[in-house]
Amino acid sequence: MSNKLQKWIDKNTYHHSEFWDLKKLVEAKEKKNLKISLCLPTLNEEKTIGKEIIIFKSELVERYPLIDEIAVIDSGSDDNTLEVAKNYGADTYLASDILPNLEQKKGKGENLWKAIYQLEGDIIVYVDADISNIHPRFVYGLVAPLIHRDKVHYVKAFYDRPLAFSGNVRASGGGRVTEILVRPLFSLFFPELTGIIQPLSGEYAVRRDVLEEIAFPIGYGVETSHLIDVYHKYGLEAFAQTDLDKRVHENKPTQALGKMAFGILQTFIKRAKALGVFEKAEHETILRQFQVKENHYEQNLMEIIEEERPPMIEIEEYRKKFKK
Amino acid sequence: MTDFKPLEKKLTGLENKLKKYRELLLANLVMVGEIPAPTFNEDERVQFILDRFDEAGLTDSSIDDHGNGIGVLSGKEGKDSILLNAHADTIFSQKTDHTMQVSSDSITGAGVADNSLGLAVLATLPYILEDLDIELKKDLVLFAGVKSLGRGNLEGIRFFLENNPFKISDAICIEGIQLGRLSYSSIGMLRGEITCTVPESYDWSRFGDASAILTLNEVINKINDIRLPKRPRTSIVMGSIVGGTSFNTIARDATLGFEVRSESQEVVEDTGSTIGDIVHEVSSKTGDQVELDIFARRSPGGVPYAHPLNECARSVMESLDIEPRLAPSTSELSALIDEDIPALTLGITVGERTFRTNETIQIDPIFKGLAQLIGIILAVDGGYCE
Repeated sequence: MSNKLQKWIDKNTYHHSEFWDLKKLVEAKEKKNLKISLCLPTLNEEKTIGKEIIIFKSELVERYPLIDEIAVIDSGSDDNTLEVAKNYGADTYLASDILPNLEQKKGKGENLWKAIYQLEGDIIVYVDADISNIHPRFVYGLVAPLIHRDKVHYVKAFYDRPLAFSGNVRASGGGRVTEILVRPLFSLFFPELTGIIQPLSGEYAVRRDVLEEIAFPIGYGVETSHLIDVYHKYGLEAFAQTDLDKRVHENKPTQALGKMAFGILQTFIKRAKALGVFEKAEHETILRQFQVKENHYEQNLMEIIEEERPPMIEIEEYRKKFKK
Repeated sequence: MTDFKPLEKKLTGLENKLKKYRELLLANLVMVGEIPAPTFNEDERVQFILDRFDEAGLTDSSIDDHGNGIGVLSGKEGKDSILLNAHADTIFSQKTDHTMQVSSDSITGAGVADNSLGLAVLATLPYILEDLDIELKKDLVLFAGVKSLGRGNLEGIRFFLENNPFKISDAICIEGIQLGRLSYSSIGMLRGEITCTVPESYDWSRFGDASAILTLNEVINKINDIRLPKRPRTSIVMGSIVGGTSFNTIARDATLGFEVRSESQEVVEDTGSTIGDIVHEVSSKTGDQVELDIFARRSPGGVPYAHPLNECARSVMESLDIEPRLAPSTSELSALIDEDIPALTLGITVGERTFRTNETIQIDPIFKGLAQLIGIILAVDGGYCE
């Protein structure tokens, strides 16, 4: 499997700089007659939303018409998020106003899900609204593989390129929850999904045909469930991933990460049970992490076998010594 | 008296028309402003501007031997050129957080006013002029100059002025703020640093009475005592001070950054020489090493108040309800004045907290500022300023 996975990584991992020629990308998009919608899910993002919209609108609507609509779907911000977004020309929606006859739920996943109903695009690209170093690459880097390759359905962002590191091999991968929770879980139960370098990144572009076929957890588990469901329905070949370099955002405190991990774990267990993966006789014992060698991503495999000793009372020598 | 009526007609409604370029301009502002560009390290920012020039189809854009970014918007006649200058460097270091925050009516971030907005205008102008079908007779040379501030001492623009192939008839320097600013003259200036150092061999048993800060304090008191004339107007700005390392260690080094400014070159030189005497005196009295380093000078000069370029600029500003505020400058304008090029400096919008990391500019007045700039370019191009 390692060879197959490495081949997938080599073939389906991109760097945004491969798609710098926006003129060509727009031509390819128009040739395929694709419509692309950008969805920015928000909750109190007035500090960063204005900048995101200005940059996407200027670069990817006016200069190079790659995006056909920019929509902010808000969970009910207390600040001026919607006012700022509207001021800079985004379409703004309250999640609760979309499909109002359904039971109201509140969470990022709800906004992402309702975007499928509200927006028109054949491709929807989701970008978190809290990125302070926003750049057009956050969109074109994700939609480009979908425009160029029909077999790709789901493109996930990952972030790398630290400014300085020593030696020519360095560890790579996701944040704390990814490395401590999701990667070990995937290594155990869905080893192929460990090829996704940052399974929890909030930026991804997906074809409508796929989005309308998968369920959406409302809370923290939405990214994890997407990966498992799309993998189950379409296989690993449906995925691609793009390195978008650096992403600057506020770091979450450990307690918040605990909440996140708890939500993800619930989603994971639900999916794993439904797919029967717990019942498999033997689990994998290889933990799959990432390293980068001369700009080439490769898996770092570590055999971790949790061996156990029996209770001491079962050892003959022990019983003899203590006359038990 | 020149009849500005035909020009005023062109300016009617221009401010409103320019509002449709808001996102383009602000996106350029954010993207250029988030690239750190301390003096001597402007390469990445200049490259961004060059990419914009290339995208706008400016075929002659290039980076010169000094690192300045140059784009040429060719005119119909192209006999001579209007130079549009914005300095590319900022006072902020690479380590400063350059993240910009955009609200509905303002943008905040390090260097947003000085001079990311000026550069954003430079980068967006070719697109705007093309979209508005404005074709000039003269060539418009768009210049993003490096090594302008502080120790840069206008090195970038001076190199360009000495080596460029253009026949520059007039020049306009763009600064982010303040809208209404109209600088057409340069004052005499001398900029330097005084550094006090306690020598290595100092007798540390003389507890408590050795400190580079105390020595520098002595220098400062003496500079403060220099009697400056009321006419010609003269001032000494003691702008920065750095010294010492901690609460409980005697300061080994202390540095004062200062500028002498005067309408008279003679007074600038006299004051500079008095400061030199003070440095020698304090050094010999204290036994500390006191050094004076003067690294930038400007000569007073400029076009007269009644110069046609000035008159044009005031007329354009007045027709847009901008009240001109006349103020001398020591920036790139001085280099242009030294080369006898009629030049002025304009501000684009209003802003506050200049030179701080939370520098803020207002978005709405930008369009008036842009209309003013385009109006003055049209006036120069249309022969109103000759």
